[in-house]
Amino acid sequence: MPRRITYRDALREAMDEELARDPMVVIMGEEVAQYNGAYKVTQGLWDKWGDKRIVDTPISEAGFIGMGIGASMLGVRPVMELMFWSFYTVAWDQIVNNAAMVRYMSGGKINCPIVIRGPANGGTSVGATHSHTPENIMASFPGMKCVVPATAYDAKGLLKAAIRDNDPVMFMESTKLYGEEWDVPANDELPGGELVIPLGVADIKRSGTDISLIAHGRAVITCLQAAEILEAEHGISAEVVDVRSIRPLDEETILDSVSRTHRAIYVEEGRPFCGVGAQIAYTIQSKLFDELDAPVLRVTSLDAPAIYSPPLEALQLPTPELVIEKALSIC
Amino acid sequence: MPKLIEMPKLSDTMTEGTLAKWLVKEGDTISQGQSLADIETDKATMEMQSFFEGTLHRLLVKAGEKAPLNSPLAVILEEGETAPDNLDEIIAAAQATANTAAKPAAPASPSSQSQTKSRAAASEGPSTLLPRAPSPNRRIAARVPGVKSSPLARKVAEELGINLYTVTGTGPGGRIVRADVESAEPITAAPRAATPTIRPTAGPDDTRTNVSTMRKIIAERLLASKTQIPHFYLQVEVDAAPMMQFRAHLNQTSEKTTGNKYTVNDFILKAVICAAETVPAINAAWDGDAIIQYKSVGLSVAVAVEDGLVTPVIKAAEQKTLLELSQSVKDIAARAKNKKLSPDDFAGGTITVSNLGAYGIDQFSAIINPPQAAILSIGSIRNAAVVNDKGAIVSGQRMWVGLSGDHRVVDGAVAATFLAEVRKMLENPTLMLV
Amino acid sequence: MAKKSASSESAADAAINRSLTPDDKIKLYREMVRIRRFEQVSLQHYQAGRMGGFLHLYIGQESVATGVVSLMGENDHIITAYRDHGHALAVGMTMNECMAELFGKGTGCSRGKGGSMHYFAPDKNYWGGHGIVAGQTPLGLGLAYGLKYRGLKGAALAFLGDGAVNQGAYHESLNIAELFDLPVIYVIENNGYSMGTSQARSSAFGNSLAERAAGYGIAWDTFSGEDIYEVRAHTHAAIERAHTECRPTVLEVKTYRWEGHSVADANKLKYRTKEEVELHQREHDPIQRWKRVLLDEGVCDEAELKKIDKAAQQEAEESAEFAKASAYPAPETIFEDVYWEVDQMTTAGLTGRHFFND
Repeated sequence: MPRRITYRDALREAMDEELARDPMVVIMGEEVAQYNGAYKVTQGLWDKWGDKRIVDTPISEAGFIGMGIGASMLGVRPVMELMFWSFYTVAWDQIVNNAAMVRYMSGGKINCPIVIRGPANGGTSVGATHSHTPENIMASFPGMKCVVPATAYDAKGLLKAAIRDNDPVMFMESTKLYGEEWDVPANDELPGGELVIPLGVADIKRSGTDISLIAHGRAVITCLQAAEILEAEHGISAEVVDVRSIRPLDEETILDSVSRTHRAIYVEEGRPFCGVGAQIAYTIQSKLFDELDAPVLRVTSLDAPAIYSPPLEALQLPTPELVIEKALSIC
Repeated sequence: MPKLIEMPKLSDTMTEGTLAKWLVKEGDTISQGQSLADIETDKATMEMQSFFEGTLHRLLVKAGEKAPLNSPLAVILEEGETAPDNLDEIIAAAQATANTAAKPAAPASPSSQSQTKSRAAASEGPSTLLPRAPSPNRRIAARVPGVKSSPLARKVAEELGINLYTVTGTGPGGRIVRADVESAEPITAAPRAATPTIRPTAGPDDTRTNVSTMRKIIAERLLASKTQIPHFYLQVEVDAAPMMQFRAHLNQTSEKTTGNKYTVNDFILKAVICAAETVPAINAAWDGDAIIQYKSVGLSVAVAVEDGLVTPVIKAAEQKTLLELSQSVKDIAARAKNKKLSPDDFAGGTITVSNLGAYGIDQFSAIINPPQAAILSIGSIRNAAVVNDKGAIVSGQRMWVGLSGDHRVVDGAVAATFLAEVRKMLENPTLMLV
Repeated sequence: MAKKSASSESAADAAINRSLTPDDKIKLYREMVRIRRFEQVSLQHYQAGRMGGFLHLYIGQESVATGVVSLMGENDHIITAYRDHGHALAVGMTMNECMAELFGKGTGCSRGKGGSMHYFAPDKNYWGGHGIVAGQTPLGLGLAYGLKYRGLKGAALAFLGDGAVNQGAYHESLNIAELFDLPVIYVIENNGYSMGTSQARSSAFGNSLAERAAGYGIAWDTFSGEDIYEVRAHTHAAIERAHTECRPTVLEVKTYRWEGHSVADANKLKYRTKEEVELHQREHDPIQRWKRVLLDEGVCDEAELKKIDKAAQQEAEESAEFAKASAYPAPETIFEDVYWEVDQMTTAGLTGRHFFND
C-alpha cells in the first residue's frame, strides 16, 4: 500500500527536507512560524527549526519580499510565503524589477535564488482581490520561472527543485488542493532516496489516443475527471498532459502528445486573454499545423473578475463538463 | 587645435535644436562650464555649457536658426592659438558628419562572436537573430474550395494521393479529418497503384494546351459538385405558347416605350425567381451540419464565354421587375463577354439557370453550381404536335425544363413542387407580373 | 529610543577622522575629483549623442558617497538608486567599465545591459544602481538580513534620495529593520529636489526627513554633506551601531546637485534660481572645501592637487576613448544573464524551454 499524504503535507515535507539539507534555506512570510501557517502548510516547522529558520513577517509584502530578494543576493535561500498569490500586486516592483531583472541589468553578476510560494486559485468565494491566478503574468517575464503543481507528488518534488534552483521561482499552489491526498512514496521507497522533480518536465497524467487535454495546476484534476467521462460515455480516449512548469516549459512532451492525438484543448483556471493557453495554443498551431485535425481550443475561467456569489463562482471556473463539451465539439 | 562647440543632445528624444540666444559673443573669453547659449529643444529651452576653455573665435549659427544634433555652432581657440588656414574645411567636415555621429554604429555581426556560441546555443534564442536564408517556396497543402478539411487531413490526403472531393467528412461541421482520409484510401488504392489518374495520350498531330485559370476553376468546382453532391434530376415539358404570345405582345410596345426587347430567357428567369419565392426550400445550401435557407434570391445566370462558362449573379432578384431583370441580364452578359465582371458579380448566388435553348438542345441535366442546391436546365422551344384538352392533335410550342437538385437539401417532392410552379408561371405569364 | 546623535566635538577631531593619514586625505580628494571629471566627460559625450536614455549626474554630491564609502570594511555593503556613478567609482569600479556602460558597449560593467542607472559590483560589495525610486530600500534591508543571518559583523548602507522617502517600500523597510534588528543604514542624500519638486512641496516633515525614523524607534541623524569630515564622523557612528548593536540608523545628509535631475531635465533652472545653483557652486562645493582643508592643514600644496585634477581629467578622457573604441555587445548576449542556470549550462538550465522567440 503506497503512502498517501496531502498536498499540504507534501509541501511541508519538501521545505522540512530542504531546511535540513541546506542551512541557507529560510522560510519567511506572514504567520508562517508561531501561527503555523494561515493554511497550515508550515505547521510544526517553527517548533522544529526555531526563529532563525522560520520567520514571521509583518503584513508588508513589498518590504519582506524585497528583503528576501536582497538576502538572496548574498546567498541566503529564502522560501517566501505569500498568504495568497493575489498579494503579489503589493510586492510587484520588488518581484519584477529586482528578482527578475537584477541579474540581467548587472550583466550576470548577481543571481537571486529565491522561491515565492503560496496559493493562487479562485473557487473559494473570497472575492476578486483574493482569487488571482497570475501564472501567466509571472511566466511572461524572462528572468523568472513559474511552477504550478497539481498533485501532492509533484508539489513535493517540484518545490524541492525550486528551492535548489539558482533563479527566482514563482511557485503556485491551490487552497482547494491542500487537503487532497495522493500517493507520495516515502524517501526510503525511492531509488535516489528523495523526490526531486526537475523544472521544465511535463508529465503525462493519463494516456490517450484521441485528444490531448493539456493543463496546469488544479485544472489537471479537472481534465482527469473529464477524461474518465469521455472514455466511459463517449468512447473518446483523452490524454492528459500536466505541464507542471510553465517556464521553463516542456514543449516537447506537449507537441509529442498532440502529434499523436491530433487534437488539443488547453485547460486552466486563469483568464483567457493572454493566458497560458494562448501561448500553448500558439505553439501547437505554429509547430504542428499539419498534424491538427481540429482547431486548438481552450477552457478557462470566465473573462470577468472572480465573483463572490458561491454558485456563480462555480460557473466561472473550468469544470469537467465544460472540458467534455469542448472535446466533443472537435472529436 | 580649434575646438568646435556642437549642438548638444539635451534630452533623451532630441534630434535637432534651435539656437534661441547666444549668451556670448565673438572674442569673449570662455571658461569650462560657462553657459554659451540658450538652446530650444523638443522639451524646453536649456542652457548649453562649454566643455572647453579659450576664446570664442567664431559663431557659426545665428540666433533663431535650427541645427541638427552634433552640428558645429561655434569655434573656440585655446589661449594664444590662431585659427588654422583649413578652419573652414574642419567646419565643413563637422557639418557633413553631424547627425550620423549620433547614431550608434551597428553591432558587430553575430557570426564574428563565436566565443559566445556555446552559451548562445544553450539559450536557443540567438539563432533567431541570425540572418536567415530565404525559405524556398513551400507547396501549400491544397485547400479545396467548398470542402472543409483539417490541416492534417490535407497533409495525409496529399501523401496518399487522395482527392478530398471523394471523401465524406465525419468531423464537426462535416470537416474531413485524418481518419476520413485514411478510411477512404482503400477505394482509390487499386487504381492509384497503377496510375493515379487516367491520363490521355497525345500524338504528334494532337494539340496540348495548358488550361487557363478559369478552366481550372471550372474543373475543380464541377468535379467537386459532381462527386460530392448527390444529384437527382427531374424534367418537365412546358407549353411555351402562352409565353411566346405574351412576349410578342409585350415587345410590340416595350421597344418603343422603354427601348428594351424582352428575350425568352427573361421570362424563364422571372418564372424561376417567382417559383423560388413560392417554394423557398429550393433556394438553399448544404453546410455540413446545417442547411442554409436564403432569404433573398441570388440568381446565377450561366453565360458562355470564350474558353468557358461564367455564372454571374443577379442579386436580390426577387425585387426586380421584369424590365429591370431583363436589363440586368443584358448588362451582365455584355460585361461577361467583355471580361468586365468583378469578383463581386460572382458572389451571393443561390440558384442557377442554364439555358442551352439557343443551341437547339431539347433537354439536358446540368451539374449543380456549388454550394447551391439546384440548377435549372432550359431546352429549346420547338414546334410540336400536341394533344389538346379536346383530344385533338394540334400544332403547339413546347419546351423542356430540367432541374438538378442536391438531395441533401431538397427531396424529390419539394423539387417537383418547385418545377410545377415554374411551369405554372411560364404557362400563365401574366402571373409573373402580379 | 529615538535619538539624534549628539556630538559636541568638531567633526575634524572625531577619532575616525583623526586616524586619517595625509595619504588617506589626498585619496579622498582624488576620489571626489575622479567622480566629477568622469561625469563632466560623460556629459560631454551624452550631449554628443553617444549615449542613450538618461544620465543622472552626481556633481555637487561627491563628498557623500566618497565619505561613506571610505568607512566601509570587509563586510559592509552598499546599494543606491539611479544616481549611482559616484558610489560606483568610490567603491573602486574603474572609469573604463563605467564609461563603456554609458556608451552601451560590451566592455561596460553590466555588459551594456544596465546603462547609467544600473551599475553593479558585488565583488566590491556594491549592489547597484537601481532605477525605481526607493525600490532598492527593501534590497538594502535584505543585505542586512543576509549579513545577520550569516553571522557577519557588517552594515548595509542603503542610499536613497529625498524623493524616495515618501515611497511605501521605504517605510515598510524601516518597520522591518527595527522589528528584526537589522544592521541597515539608510542614507538619505537630501539634495532638496525630488526631480523638479522641492522638499517643501513633496514631503510632509517636522524638522527633518530623518526624524521620521523616530516613529519607528530608529536612531537618526542629520548633517551637512559639504564637509567630508562631517560625513565620516556621523556615518561612522551609524556603522558602529550596526556592527556592535546590530541596529539600524537613518542618516539625512544635506547636499546639492548642480545639474538637473537628469541631463534631460529641461526645467533645471525653473524650479530653482540660477543664483541658488551658483551660490552652491561658488560657496558649497565639497571639492573646493576639501581642497582648502588640505591646504590649510598643510597636507599638500596646490600644485599636487592640480596634478591630481589633471590626472583625473585624463583618466576620464581615456575612459571615453576606451568606451568609444569598444565593441557593442554581440547580439547573442541578449539571451545571456537572464537565468543563472542557463548561463552555467546546468542540468536545470538545459531542461525545458526558457526563451520563447519564434
